[in-house]
Amino acid sequence: MTDTTTDAARALAEKDLPPLAPPTADNGLKAVFQRRYLLKLLVTREISARYQGSVLGLLWSYINPLSQFCIYFFIMGTIFALHKNVPNFAIHIFSALIIVHFFNETFNAGTRSIVRNRQIVQKMAMPREMFPVASMLVSLYHVLPQVVILVVACLFSGWRPDATGVLCFFIALVLISVLGTGLALMFSAANVFFRDVGSVVAILTNVVRFGVPMIYSYEMVDQRFGSFAPYYMLNPLANAVILFQRAFWTGSTDQETVMPDHLVERGLVMVLVALVVLGIGQLVFSRLENKIPERL
Amino acid sequence: MADSIRVEHATKTFTKRYQRTLKQITVAKLRGNPTIAEFNAVDDVSFTVEQGESIGLMGLNGSGKSTLLKMINGVMRPDSGSILTRGRIAGLIATGAGFHPQLTGRDNLELNAAILGMTEKELARKFDAIVDFAGLEDKLETQVGHYSSGQSARLGFSIAIHVDSDIFLADEVLAVGDRPFKKKCLARMGEIRDSGRTLFYVSHSAGSVRRMCSRVLVLEEGRLAYDGPVDAGIRFLEYDDDVTPENEEEMDEELGADI
Repeated sequence: MTDTTTDAARALAEKDLPPLAPPTADNGLKAVFQRRYLLKLLVTREISARYQGSVLGLLWSYINPLSQFCIYFFIMGTIFALHKNVPNFAIHIFSALIIVHFFNETFNAGTRSIVRNRQIVQKMAMPREMFPVASMLVSLYHVLPQVVILVVACLFSGWRPDATGVLCFFIALVLISVLGTGLALMFSAANVFFRDVGSVVAILTNVVRFGVPMIYSYEMVDQRFGSFAPYYMLNPLANAVILFQRAFWTGSTDQETVMPDHLVERGLVMVLVALVVLGIGQLVFSRLENKIPERL
Repeated sequence: MADSIRVEHATKTFTKRYQRTLKQITVAKLRGNPTIAEFNAVDDVSFTVEQGESIGLMGLNGSGKSTLLKMINGVMRPDSGSILTRGRIAGLIATGAGFHPQLTGRDNLELNAAILGMTEKELARKFDAIVDFAGLEDKLETQVGHYSSGQSARLGFSIAIHVDSDIFLADEVLAVGDRPFKKKCLARMGEIRDSGRTLFYVSHSAGSVRRMCSRVLVLEEGRLAYDGPVDAGIRFLEYDDDVTPENEEEMDEELGADI
C-alpha cells in the first residue's frame, strides 16, 4: 500500500469520529454555563457544605447579617442619633446590608473556593471557573430570603414598588454578581499561590462596609465630603447600594431622600465596568490556571 | 485506524520552592542559598496512540507517569509541546478520584459523574449499576472522608468505568482494592479493551500489564525511554529479574501487586 492510500483510509476512519483536540480545550466561563447540570450540583452541594457540622446550619446566613443590622441600628441610630437625620433608618441600613453581604460573601467564599475544593481540582479535568461562579450563585441564593424580609418591612412603612425602583433593583444585583465573580476569579487563583490573599480579602471586605452609604446616608457624603463627593460615586459598590436604596428605601418614606443624579445611567456604566473586571478576571485566571494543580 | 492520543514534544516543568514566607526567602537570598529549583517532570515526550490500542505506562516512582496522565486527562496543560486527544476521557488518577471528603458518597458520586461529563438522565440510568459495582450500598450516606482508601478507590473506579468514554485512563487503580475487587476491575478493563476503546494503564505489575496491554511505554526521569512491545518493555525495566511468565503469578501474589 502506498502512503496516499493509507492517508485516505485514515481520513475515512476519522470521518465519523470527534476531532482531535487538546483535552483542556473547552474551559473558561463559557463552558461553565454550558455544563449547567454540573453547576447545579456544585451550587446545591456548596449550600449544604457551607454550614456542614453546625447545629443552626443555613440559619447562620441570616443571623450574621441580622447581628450586623442590630449593631449598626443601635450604635449608629441611637448613639450617633442618625434616626433623627435619616428617615426610615432601619430600611436604609438593611437594604445596603443585603448588597454588602452579597458582595462580601461572593468575594470571601469565591476567593477560597479553589483551595477548598483542591481534592477535585488536582484530579479532575473541568472548567475551574466553575468554583468561583458557584460561590457567587450560592451567595445570590441567600440574597432572596433577605429581600423577602426587606419587602415585608417596606410594605409596613407604606412602600409601593415603582418601575424605576424595580429596574434599579435588577441593575444592582447584576452589577454585584458580575463584579463579585470577576474579583473572585482573580483572587481565587492568586490565593492558590499565596494564602495571604485570603487575609487581604478579609480586610477589603471590612473596608467595603464603610465605603458605601450604609451607616451614613448619601446626603451626608454630599454635604460633608466637599470636593471629594464626586469621586465617591466612582465606587461600583456605592452605586449598587444606592440603587438598592432607590428601589426600597426611597419609596418607604414621605420625606425627601437625597440621591445622586442619573442613577440608572450610572448603574449601567458600572455594569460595563464590572464586565471589564470580569474579562480581566478571566484573563488572569487563565494565565495562572496552568500552575494551579501543582501549587495546591 | 485513527489516532486517539497524539503527544508531541510535551514538556511539563515544575517549580520547587524551598521557602514560602518573605522572611525565609530573604534569609536564603542573603546566604546565597537557592530559593527555587525547576525540573522537568515530563521532558520532551512524543508518541501516538491509535484508537483501540491498550498502552501500559511503566516506570519507577517519580518518573512522571502521573504527570503525563494528568496532561492527557486535561488536569494540566503541557508547558511546551502539544497533546491532542479524541473523544471523551474518563479514568482515575493516582488512586482515588477527586472526592470532597466532607460530602457523602452519594453527593460525591453525582458530582464526579457530572465532572466526567454524564448528563442527569445518563446518571439516573446508571446510578444503581455504579453503586452495585462499587459494593457500597450501605455506605452511600456516609461522608467520603470516613471511607477507607480502598472504598473510595472502588467508588472512583466504578464511576469512571461507567462513563461512555473513548479513552480510559487507569493509574494504579488496583493498588488498594481487595482481591475480589481487583479481579472484577481487571475483567472490566478487559471488556473496555476488547470493545475497541483506547486504554491507558499505569502499573508496576508486570503480570497485569502483560495481560492487559499490547504496547508498553517506559518513562525514565520524565523522558520516554522505551516504546514498543510488552515483553521487551518489561525486560527493559528489569522488572523480570527472576520472573518467567510461569511463576509471574506467584511473584505478583507475594508482593501483593495488582494482578
